[in-house]
Amino acid sequence: MKRWLQKWRLASVFAILALVLSGCGEPFLSALKPAGQVAQEQYDLIMFSLGIMMLVMVVVFTILIIALVRFRRKKGEENKIPKQVEGSHVLEIIWTVIPIILLIILAVPTVAVTFSQGDVSAIGKKDENGNPEALVVNVKAHLYWWEFEYPDLGIVTSQDLVIPTDEKVYFQLSSGDIKHSFWIPPLGGKLDNNPENINRFWLKVDQDKATQAGDVFYGKCAELCGPSHWAMDFKVKAMPKADFDTWVADMQNATAQVPTTDLALKGEEIFNASCLSCHAIGTDTSSVGPNLANFGERESIAGVLAHNETELKRWLKDPELIKPGNLMTGKYKELNPDELDALAAYLMGLKVQH
Amino acid sequence: MHVEEKFTPKTWPEAPEKATLEGKNKFLGFWFFLGGETVLFASLFATYLALKDKVPSKAANISSEIFTLPLAFIMTMVLLTSSITSVYAIYHMKNYNFKKMQAWLFVTVALGLTFLGLEIYEFYHYTHEFGFVFSESAFSSAFYSLVGFHGGHVVFGLGWMIALMVRNSKRGLSLYNAPKFYVASLYWHFIDVVWVFIFTVVYLMGMVG
Amino acid sequence: MSSIAQKRGFGATLWDYMTTVDHKKIAILYLAAGGFFFVLGGIEALIIRIQLAIPNSNFVAAGFFNELLTMHGVTMIFFAAMPILIGFMNLIMPLQIGARDVAFPFLNSLGFWLFFFGGLLLNISWFTNGGAPAAGWTSYASLSIHSTGHGIDYYALGIQISGFGTLMGGINFLVTLINMRAPGMTYMRMPMFSWTTFVASALILFAFPPLTVALFLLTFDRMFGGNFFNVTMGGNTIIWEHFFWIFGHPEVYILILPAFGIFSEIFSTFSRKRLFGYSSMVFATVLIGFLGFMVWAHHMFTVGLGNIANAIFAVASFAIAVPTGIKIFNWLFTMWGGSIKFTTPMLYAAAFIPSFIMGGVTGIMVATAPADYQFHDTYFVVAHFHYVIVGGVVLAILAGTHFYWPKAFGTMLNETLGKITFALFLIGFHLTFFIQHFLGLMGMPRRIASYNSGQGLDLGNMISTVGAGLMGIAVIILLYNIVITQVKNVRVGNDPWEDGRTLEWALPSPPPFYNFKQLPLVRGLDTYWLEKMEGNKGITPAEPVGDIHMPNGSILPVFISLGFFIASFGAIYRTVYSWGLAALIIGLVIAFGSMLLRSLKDDHGFHIPKSELMKDDKNKGVKA
Repeated sequence: MKRWLQKWRLASVFAILALVLSGCGEPFLSALKPAGQVAQEQYDLIMFSLGIMMLVMVVVFTILIIALVRFRRKKGEENKIPKQVEGSHVLEIIWTVIPIILLIILAVPTVAVTFSQGDVSAIGKKDENGNPEALVVNVKAHLYWWEFEYPDLGIVTSQDLVIPTDEKVYFQLSSGDIKHSFWIPPLGGKLDNNPENINRFWLKVDQDKATQAGDVFYGKCAELCGPSHWAMDFKVKAMPKADFDTWVADMQNATAQVPTTDLALKGEEIFNASCLSCHAIGTDTSSVGPNLANFGERESIAGVLAHNETELKRWLKDPELIKPGNLMTGKYKELNPDELDALAAYLMGLKVQH
Repeated sequence: MHVEEKFTPKTWPEAPEKATLEGKNKFLGFWFFLGGETVLFASLFATYLALKDKVPSKAANISSEIFTLPLAFIMTMVLLTSSITSVYAIYHMKNYNFKKMQAWLFVTVALGLTFLGLEIYEFYHYTHEFGFVFSESAFSSAFYSLVGFHGGHVVFGLGWMIALMVRNSKRGLSLYNAPKFYVASLYWHFIDVVWVFIFTVVYLMGMVG
Repeated sequence: MSSIAQKRGFGATLWDYMTTVDHKKIAILYLAAGGFFFVLGGIEALIIRIQLAIPNSNFVAAGFFNELLTMHGVTMIFFAAMPILIGFMNLIMPLQIGARDVAFPFLNSLGFWLFFFGGLLLNISWFTNGGAPAAGWTSYASLSIHSTGHGIDYYALGIQISGFGTLMGGINFLVTLINMRAPGMTYMRMPMFSWTTFVASALILFAFPPLTVALFLLTFDRMFGGNFFNVTMGGNTIIWEHFFWIFGHPEVYILILPAFGIFSEIFSTFSRKRLFGYSSMVFATVLIGFLGFMVWAHHMFTVGLGNIANAIFAVASFAIAVPTGIKIFNWLFTMWGGSIKFTTPMLYAAAFIPSFIMGGVTGIMVATAPADYQFHDTYFVVAHFHYVIVGGVVLAILAGTHFYWPKAFGTMLNETLGKITFALFLIGFHLTFFIQHFLGLMGMPRRIASYNSGQGLDLGNMISTVGAGLMGIAVIILLYNIVITQVKNVRVGNDPWEDGRTLEWALPSPPPFYNFKQLPLVRGLDTYWLEKMEGNKGITPAEPVGDIHMPNGSILPVFISLGFFIASFGAIYRTVYSWGLAALIIGLVIAFGSMLLRSLKDDHGFHIPKSELMKDDKNKGVKA
């Protein structure tokens, strides 16, 4: 009975493995589809450690199956007393030394990669002209949204992280309230946003892989922060350096836009009355609500909804339904359908790029 | 040996606290308990060291501003002496001298109460002179927790010794209550050792900064 | 329970169990209460899996989901796994070392009632306005300080009270093992389960105080204006994380070591062979216990402690694989050359090896710090720890339930039903958790109340939920097995598995309340096997028959625990309701008053006279 069960179990495990490995996740979200140097190194480490561990598992499973089959009590052996063996010094040494060696082999790249991925010495360094050597983004996590500040470029934005490809981008993580964690799986592992200190690391996006993934990666919050922890997504727009520089220029030179339609004008009135106190649309770091300067060009509504007017109106009508516990609920008067139309038209028109 | 046996100073065993199985168990069990308590206080010390002088603003109190050495030194001497007197008490217990044991326990308790009184005065002084209250800062919370937990242990130890003295005043010494006295004095030594560390880490380090 | 005991009324039996200080009855209390909380935790898990079966589900609200995941973790670890293992340790360890009870029987009872009332307190939070705690079983400081409602307060007090009970149990077992072994039972003749009890108890002694301090700090911040975790006042939330994991990592070794002990007994019993490499096994157990304190920050690789800290803790975490591997190989070679009988316990043991190894292997993977930056806080970690806890601890609990059932109750669980439970549970377990390794790497963080479609996560979650359902069915079949076994009440002898090697199998099932009429003389490892091989019926006695000194029962442990239970409500609602302060004071008076009563009243126990024992020549056991 045991043998049959064993085979059945192993078969089902491999079936699932095959099923899943065939579709190892989406390229914009999966760590199994690395799109940058850090994620690639981590993926390689994962495969390497898995390989070593597979070795161990094969040895153990083989001995186990042979033992279970060969030494099971057969008919007529009910009274057999096997030889009582105390142990074996040789075997003890073998199965102590070999695992130690395997672990040392694993420890070397582990330590090396820890230090190389943790090297943030380039932050703050300036070249001969006094320009910063590396791009730095300050990431401040809030309940339940993400704020991105480019301190050397004078840009503040939220929810969409815009970064250039093929160069190291440095991040300085902190939190405006409680602990969160910043994670873009295809680009690299996560690092926590703590309220009491600043954490620093770097990521690098490979342009080819970014193109394959559709140029947008999904970012996740990876530390339980409340009921809407699951909905605290952000999006990462990766683009070639030239396009990034254009975006930067557009953001820096953005002027207050005049709404073109009557509906949008009405929306602006509502915005100024109900929303402006928390949501900046310029370059100030508003710590209460996300900066909405380029809202019309964003990838999502509130990080999780599709970016269109219907979803925007759904969000504005009752944010508590989408993200329970969020801090926008109840901060403005309830909007009727006309007001929602107007406000949506205004917000969708907020663009900086031409 | 039977717990209710009557003894003379000659027949009284060398280590009365360990002469019965129950005594042996209490002895060992209590040492283990003290091991756990050591880790407990070590955690409180670690918290204190991590939060030392961590205050929200310049207006809040820090260690160099409020701790006074003279008072802390007197308290240390009082407590250390009470530990010695408890040693005398156990010495007499081992020599089957019930009256002298009770006497030195009484002195121990008196010194312990003195320590407690001084500490209450100290806390009063901090809260009323400096406004150094529990909720002032992370530093104040850490200070009062560490020193307060110790103070709580002192209170418990005093209650313990008083209860033992009162309860056994008519019964005298036996193999049943010898382990109890022994274990209580072990406890008293422990909180004395903890105080030595508090004196060093909180008051001395607080002065030097 | 003998046929005579059953004639007593329900009230008498209830009073018996509430006042008992007998380690075997206390064990049954632990097993029953732990079993109840296991079912509760299982229901919480099933609701979680139903919610996550499909994307954007509204089966439960997000806030309630967070309560479910928190309570599932806390219940399973603190109120199911630990009590059940403590129950087994209580039941078997004194019998294995030839003792008549543990060193502190009163404290043993107190430990149980504290655990019970702690678990009760925490689960009452479900019915309150603020709901159950919802910050995860790890209750990280910034979220838990900011949590509204009183859920976190129930968490802090419930675990604190229960933790005192556990600490007492740890000290109790240590002193018993050191002072009360039978004549001839040297340390190196102790059965492996007693050794793992020893090391696990030492871990309990040193691991629980940091948790005690952490919970006090949390309580002070939330209820008394402390600032330990208040960043604006100079506080630091990482302190909580350090303390929690300095406790939390040894805690998982507290869970797995007794499980290893149970499997050691099962492997040798059902291979009819002594444990291979006994001294190495002892050494490995001690080493695992020691190393368990050196690795806590591998739960904090993404906190930002720095490269040096991460590198050190990664390498230290690798080290634990070595003694664990030693144990696995020694079990394999125990079976090698033996005569293996596939009873239900042995099936669990055989399935434990591959299941636990898979968990251990992913453990090494998450210990690889840079890789952990991807794994941490995702379903990969959820898969890892469920593989080691379910594949290790739960399989051991299920195996131990079958293996030790006769010793506790005098009946045998049905083997056929047992094997069905085994098969369903094992298949369900792998189905539920294997796929989660991939879900995590595919971008699914943990503790998320739902997920959007279009991210490639749908199929994996559905598969996982199906597996959970299978585990649920398996547990129901086990419960049915338990009920019909006890109803049928077919009695068995002292060695129903026929191959018992250690002292507990020399005693009647269940043993008389004083365990041994005469303390046994231990002449070697696997004492009972030794006697069997020499053709002796029972164990060589170490003393003549004489009066046996036994402890009295007491109702005080119930009152001490009840006092703290009431005081907790007072502490939580002190500022909300007028009765709060009164409840706090009354509760503390009941608790400390009962303790004072215990201290002031002389209690010398009682004696079973030699004459009674001499009459019992058939060794049926003299009644109390």
